[in-house]
Amino acid sequence: MNALPGAIPARLAEVDAAGWRATGAAVRARGGRLLSLWAADRRDLGEGHVAFAAFAGAEGLLLLRLPLANRDAPSAPDLSDLFLPAVRLQRACTDLSGVAFEVARDPRPWLRHGAWPAGVHPLRRDFVARQSFAPVPDDYPFVSVAGEGVHEIPVGPVHAGIIEPGHFRFSVLGERVLRLEERLGYKHKGIEKRFETLAAAEAHRLAGRVSGDSTVAVAWAYAMALEAAWGVQLPARALWLRALLLERERIANHLGDLGMLGNDAGLAFGLAQFGRLKECWLQDNARLWCHRYLMDAIVPGGVGVDLATEQHADLHEAVTELEAEVLELRAVYDEHAGLQDRFRGCGQLSPDLALRLGLTGIAARASGQARDLRVDFPVLPWDVLGVRACTQTGGDVAARVALRFDEIAESLRLLRAVLDDLPEGDCRVPLPAPRAGLGLGWVEGWRGEVLVALETGADCRVRRCHPHDPSWQNWPALEHAVIGNIVPDFPLINKSFNLSYAGVDL
Amino acid sequence: MYRLLRQIACTGIVTEPPPEPDEALREVRQRLTAAVLRGFRGALVIRHVDAGSCNGCELEIHAANNPVHNLEQLGIRMAASPRHADLLLVTGPVSRHMETALRRTYDAVPDPKLVVALGDCGCTGGIFGEGYASCGRVSSVIPVDVAVPGCPPTPVAILQGILTAIAAR
Repeated sequence: MNALPGAIPARLAEVDAAGWRATGAAVRARGGRLLSLWAADRRDLGEGHVAFAAFAGAEGLLLLRLPLANRDAPSAPDLSDLFLPAVRLQRACTDLSGVAFEVARDPRPWLRHGAWPAGVHPLRRDFVARQSFAPVPDDYPFVSVAGEGVHEIPVGPVHAGIIEPGHFRFSVLGERVLRLEERLGYKHKGIEKRFETLAAAEAHRLAGRVSGDSTVAVAWAYAMALEAAWGVQLPARALWLRALLLERERIANHLGDLGMLGNDAGLAFGLAQFGRLKECWLQDNARLWCHRYLMDAIVPGGVGVDLATEQHADLHEAVTELEAEVLELRAVYDEHAGLQDRFRGCGQLSPDLALRLGLTGIAARASGQARDLRVDFPVLPWDVLGVRACTQTGGDVAARVALRFDEIAESLRLLRAVLDDLPEGDCRVPLPAPRAGLGLGWVEGWRGEVLVALETGADCRVRRCHPHDPSWQNWPALEHAVIGNIVPDFPLINKSFNLSYAGVDL
Repeated sequence: MYRLLRQIACTGIVTEPPPEPDEALREVRQRLTAAVLRGFRGALVIRHVDAGSCNGCELEIHAANNPVHNLEQLGIRMAASPRHADLLLVTGPVSRHMETALRRTYDAVPDPKLVVALGDCGCTGGIFGEGYASCGRVSSVIPVDVAVPGCPPTPVAILQGILTAIAAR
């Protein structure tokens, strides 16, 4: 087992098929989780296909590498009985890389709808990215629920709002949801293949557009992976400024969500008030970092824009103002009986179920899982800043609302700490000459933990890049959270998770 | 309730004035008659379709509806059904998996209809380009009247794009 380069604790182990299963089982037995799973085609290097699995445990990341013997029809052992998120990750891997998973419980395609035929695998090295196929009939077999009075409500892919596309199939009895089945993949636009055409030093721009609302988190994870692969040491100031950007992104998204959640429960006042606060926050972003959502603010080697000392006072003031406003609005939300009536007990996920489903991020912390990378693996600057983990135990919409309020308060405290003690020095270092390497980036974004696995080629290009959004873990959990709730509460429950479609469709 | 009312009273009106239309954004000549345009004034209904965006453009469409930009003050509102819409607001490069859904949504909008493509991806395919899973720009799938660049375009640019689409020439 080798330690991987970079600040985050990560190890790499090469295993055979038996070791793949055995390690998975051992990780699970010790309370670890499957983070992500993907494959790479290395036939052009005289090897075969390789399957990768990234696990999170108490010691950090464990990356398993499983070389697959069969060059034409590679297969790997199934992990979905050990880790629920493996089901969709494996299906996606089969669609894109053509790696079959032995005794997989669900053989249906996931990311392949009708855009390319079965047996064609876009992430194979010999697949030409710029080609198109005649549409294939797309007849997806949803699981049907039978019984007297049961009927289905199909929703999407185009939804009735300003939302991303996806399909939800509800099986209902009267107003109660018996079962929800999600079908995603509508936004698949070939991001992983696209990465392979880009220079590694420039592909952070694409990483920052995997899921627009998490641009800072994914761009940071990408930059972290590249810096690990190329052995780049960042100056402290760059890391502190990245933390500042990440917390600003967390606050902006939480403000937006709190407004939407109020609105979805019938309190338009909440949408207007939080919409106003978020807009002020975004305008500050635009003024100081030239982008309302901070896209491309993080670059490999540091940050693109430094923060002038004379801006500190303004930012301090904005933090103080926002803190007072949010406190006031929290009191309004808390004492509004109609709102709390909609929030409480709605879309509940018990801590026990959250653990079994492998939930991550805000959804996990609202179900009693004290898990936050900034706390569990406090690399610079989190170790100096001392992040306090926020948790709620209710597991319902009310808990996810309360957690967002808690996290805004904590992020504002962190912003103050960053502004008070921001180290002097460079905010960016030049990158060394490109070289072949492997690196991982792991960042606690506003939604949850983002992982980027990056392999650079000997030329300047990305050889393989796998960006993993926490929504992979949490989408299946949403299916559980709505069981037994009424259909009109689904938008509220869905919003309380606010998962990314773009981030998982890739 | 007292706190809520006090908050409303203290906040006041934060809406800024709307921008002027920008003819540079126009892709094709105005296809609507002046009579229909007069009909639009005061009530334009928009249906948004995300055809494969990164969700950045959606954040800014939401922001166009916030109290500062206040789309609704112009008599413009977002509808849940394309059958109620005058204008389609399309984001993203069109993923091949959304191609059929986008065409069907376009067909469901009653004539005469307008289409505004939003963002660098909607204009050109953007950073995702064209490939096995992406059709690229919106106009490669449905006719587009106005294309608004930006990654994502700001709420002001979005308002400007919509106003350009409905402004009489």
